[in-house]
Amino acid sequence: MLETAQRWARFKRDPRAAWAAYVALAVLLIALPFVTDWMLGRTWVRIVAFALLYIMLALGLNIVVGYAGLLDLGYVAFFAVGAYLYALLASPHFGLHLPFWLLMPLCAAIACIFGVLLGAPTLRLRGDYLAIVTLGFGEIIRIFLNNLNAPVNITNGPQGVNLIDPIRLGDFSLAQPHSIAGIAVPSVYNYYYLFLALALAVIFVSIRLENSRIGRAWVAIREDEVAAAAMGINTRNVKLLAFAMGASFGGISGGLFSGFQGFVSPESFTVIESIMILCMVVLGGMGHIPGVALGSVLLVVLPEALRYLGPLQQALFGRVLADPADLRLLVFGLALVLVMQLRPSGLWPSKIRRREFSAQGEEARHERESVYDAAR
Amino acid sequence: MDIFLQQLVNGVVLGAIYALVALGYTMVYGILGLINFAHGEVVMIGAMVALTVIQLLLASGVPLPGPVVAAIGLAAAIPTCMLLGFAIERVAYRPLREAPRLAALITAIGMSIVLQNVAMIIWGRRYHSVPSLLPVTPHQFAGATITDLQIFIVLLAALIMAGLLYLVHRTRLGRAMRATSQNPEVAGLMGVNINTVISMTFIIGSALAAVAGLMVSAYYGVAHYVMGFMLGLKAFTAAVLGGIGNLGGAMLGGLLLGVIESLGAGYIGTLTGGFLGSHYQDVFAFTVLILVLVFRPSGLLGERVTERS
Repeated sequence: MLETAQRWARFKRDPRAAWAAYVALAVLLIALPFVTDWMLGRTWVRIVAFALLYIMLALGLNIVVGYAGLLDLGYVAFFAVGAYLYALLASPHFGLHLPFWLLMPLCAAIACIFGVLLGAPTLRLRGDYLAIVTLGFGEIIRIFLNNLNAPVNITNGPQGVNLIDPIRLGDFSLAQPHSIAGIAVPSVYNYYYLFLALALAVIFVSIRLENSRIGRAWVAIREDEVAAAAMGINTRNVKLLAFAMGASFGGISGGLFSGFQGFVSPESFTVIESIMILCMVVLGGMGHIPGVALGSVLLVVLPEALRYLGPLQQALFGRVLADPADLRLLVFGLALVLVMQLRPSGLWPSKIRRREFSAQGEEARHERESVYDAAR
Repeated sequence: MDIFLQQLVNGVVLGAIYALVALGYTMVYGILGLINFAHGEVVMIGAMVALTVIQLLLASGVPLPGPVVAAIGLAAAIPTCMLLGFAIERVAYRPLREAPRLAALITAIGMSIVLQNVAMIIWGRRYHSVPSLLPVTPHQFAGATITDLQIFIVLLAALIMAGLLYLVHRTRLGRAMRATSQNPEVAGLMGVNINTVISMTFIIGSALAAVAGLMVSAYYGVAHYVMGFMLGLKAFTAAVLGGIGNLGGAMLGGLLLGVIESLGAGYIGTLTGGFLGSHYQDVFAFTVLILVLVFRPSGLLGERVTERS
């Protein structure tokens, strides 16, 4: 027993083991679309690609909420800005077809401007006041998208924009199946690999940010703004930077979403969507990159997996007792409540946070108990 | 001028409803520091329960006057919502009192989704039309038209708010609530049973929500399982506008938001030369909110928050 534990500890420290794990993970990620397709069908490859897209989105929000501690309930606005920018500049709607390499920086830049636009007037606000202002901002953007079809038709109103150009990298169109080294690669796979590459890039940027001077400044502001300012951090600029960075991540994800879907409408950018992204961040473990990624994957996959509630009932009871479409969100809501009850700091919190939380919990519980004793 | 007065009247009626819902948010926030996202859903369930009872009564053919039927519906909805509010706090929020605040927020969102879907399973996806039980005879008043229903809504809301103010400022329970919101630990040391106070806060807030639910569904003549969400958001906005945690602030914020919204809807077309239509009424409300918060970061009546001590 002891021996295996020791061997395991030694194994974990071994750099060769780490390399082996990375290689295994890489092989798994490359093979994933083929395996998913074979086991669950093509729709699931799409869902997995979406999960990757949401990882990017959630990591963007993680900068604002997780690192800088600014509660943003209107994050989907930046996603919408990116998506609509791509849709308007690469579709028959205006007859414009800008290339992907130009659109992506543009999405990031414009979303970034919107981020600063939202951030600048709200810097003085704290906590829940900030939350409600960001929520209002998100709604304003959505209402404009919904209604800017008259008197000048800009966004095509509630119908949304159709026939958006698929993503093209030079001559390589992601919308067509390709054959690489004799292996047939359908269109969805192309998107999967693109999103995988970009998600890895976003994760890399996030890790570097977290360990940088700026990342430490964000965490300092989250923990205590006054102390951070006293240590010489320019809180205004650093907070604005968090908004801008988070927004540009959102803008890029929005552009990709547009190209992947081929269609956008204001329906996709409601408050609920913002809340979902926030749930991904908090459920996984705020400020912890693997946790956020886990949260995103779970929240994309879980609602889809719950579609099988119908067949499951059929198998268990011989008939469908309740409409699976009705049950799906119910189970989803229950899962949110349950996870938070059992693991209030997220499914996969960072080590530091876990330690802080358990210490704090112990201490607080101790204090509470004495208080309640006095109350009785 | 006629349009102005008319929109003002409509705004006050809407604002009275917002204020009732906003009180529920602000009371919970004042004590727990939690945005109770499920509160809007409590409003919806209040409306649905009242409506179901009213429909049953009307279908049974017992000849009762309209207002009595409405009162019976309300009498059924209020205890249901009180129980629901109590249960939500007990099951979902109490275990998380020491947890990080965002965990409680996510739980609240989860509860909101759960309640919405339970309501959908019970009452279906369709819109329920609400029978008009109060006479809607219009009264002319200085060029504006006011119905009995509107007068009744405003009067009842005012009465309830006066009652709440009395409860909070003049009774033992109210004193315990104020003490708890200032400092739960010290309140506990002074002999206040914090758990009871928190439960009572949820129960009172939910009772107000039930009344608001019946009001809003009677006013618009329709009830639906997602009606609570947007109403809840608006009411929370109203609470923040007035200064969250402050009862007077919630009332003022609710009234202001209602008036701003209806005036905005009435005038935005003429103000912008027909460029922006009345679909932009929500933009109007949220823009005012942002502006107010930029200049008074803690709401209209909120205390100036000093840097966190």
